[in-house]
Amino acid sequence: MSEPNFVDFQNVWLAYNEELLAQNHFAVEDINLQVKQGEFIAIVGPSGCGKSTFMKLTTGLKRPSRGTIHVDGQAVNGPLKISGMAFQAPSLLPWRTTLDNVLLPLEIVEPFRSQFKSRRAEFEARAIELLRSVGLGGYERKFPWQLSGGMQQRASICRALIHEPKMLLLDEPFGALDAFTREELWCALRDLWQEKRFNVILVTHDLRESVFLADTVYVMSKSPGRFVVRREIDLPRPRDLEVTYTPEFTDIVHELRGHIGAMRKTGAPLEQ
Amino acid sequence: MKSQQLERWSPWLLLVATLLIWQALCWAFSVSEFVFPSPLRIWEQMVEFRDVIAAHAWRTYWVTMAGFGIAIVVGVLLGFVIGSSRLAYAAVYPLMTAFNALPKAAFVPILVVWFGIGIGPAILTAFLISFFPIMVNIATGLATLEPELEDVLRVLGARRWDVLVKVGLPRSMPYFYGSLKVAITLAFVGTTVSEMTAANEGIGYLLISAGSAMQMGLAFAGLVVVGAMAMVMYELFSYVEKHTTAWAHRGSQSH
Repeated sequence: MSEPNFVDFQNVWLAYNEELLAQNHFAVEDINLQVKQGEFIAIVGPSGCGKSTFMKLTTGLKRPSRGTIHVDGQAVNGPLKISGMAFQAPSLLPWRTTLDNVLLPLEIVEPFRSQFKSRRAEFEARAIELLRSVGLGGYERKFPWQLSGGMQQRASICRALIHEPKMLLLDEPFGALDAFTREELWCALRDLWQEKRFNVILVTHDLRESVFLADTVYVMSKSPGRFVVRREIDLPRPRDLEVTYTPEFTDIVHELRGHIGAMRKTGAPLEQ
Repeated sequence: MKSQQLERWSPWLLLVATLLIWQALCWAFSVSEFVFPSPLRIWEQMVEFRDVIAAHAWRTYWVTMAGFGIAIVVGVLLGFVIGSSRLAYAAVYPLMTAFNALPKAAFVPILVVWFGIGIGPAILTAFLISFFPIMVNIATGLATLEPELEDVLRVLGARRWDVLVKVGLPRSMPYFYGSLKVAITLAFVGTTVSEMTAANEGIGYLLISAGSAMQMGLAFAGLVVVGAMAMVMYELFSYVEKHTTAWAHRGSQSH
């Protein structure tokens, strides 16, 4: 072991309530996961396999029924303030400008919260810079509903990053976008990550997306929600969109597709 | 452009048309003014008794606004409590619905016993009839928060209070202003109903006394005045709503 893991799941099980726990009905089972500092991981799997549950565990919104979770060397016992989240729906607040939406976390999380009034100009400059880096320069004063879906999602990712979290959690963030916009945002995310090297946990059902962006892809099975495959993506970085048309890339996608296909066949009778 | 103009003036056109038909029918069948006065007759009475009507109208107006003011305070507070706590929602909502189903006019005699004839029962009736929509709308606005948004904030360590103040309250503002428009018209109903049996002043009292003196023109004039006041207040809140929560009405404005 060279360095401590940034995220460390040891035999984590979660049942949503006491009743389900008594029936041994778990949303996720026996999750073991070790993520290095600055690693970009992706979790893929069929819908309803517990990917979002996994996110809630990682951020401390849910506590495991069994097992332990450590993030950044600390046991997770409640919401982690070192993480930022973005979802499929941009969920920006329509009464705030794009800039004010991005600033929202700073109004909540310490130590920024108590400094918000006195350092507002500095924070605004930081938010504007962040927006500019994802191609939203000049849109700071627009309201979210004046932006396109892709632009809203960029702003949503900026909101997740404004407080410089050590960990970014993305729950199918590009799921609702068209193919071209999606690829644009892959690149935006890739560039942000290359520059700042925060940890990313990306939940998706787009295999190409996971292979293009992640260092390691985990395949999750449905009922029970388990990690069944771990695949390191050894494509060289920085990756260009062109890489998605190479045979190496396609082979990996195929391989992952095979795992999921097999799972769907064997998994089907279990659902009843 | 033309159809927009037409839309804007359409309520006035409809009003004028209604008055003309009404007037024409009264003439054609020579309806007695003790049964159903014509618009002209109502207008004459309105001019003749303008001082009396104005005094009663003022009384009704401020009594309504007092009751409405209490309704806003109580409605917002209750709505806030119900909307922010699931337990409170479960406990309070069914009882409030039952209460809302009671005819508020039935409370007037009880209020008279407690507060005597005068402004007490009128203010309270206006309050009782109008706080419910305000409460329900605030509660709905708070209770229907998107769970993702809540997660985004909770991950940051936001307390319940933060979520309510930063997201819940601004989000329920359009519901709130929407409810004010409904509530103000109900408040006028409450005041007028109460004044009919439990006051010696106000439009409600005027209606009863004019009716018993067979001054139907005057009674109708009273009705017109209440309707006009409610409509003006409705438009006022409608204006405030549009200018404070424009983000919620973007669908109706073209970019």
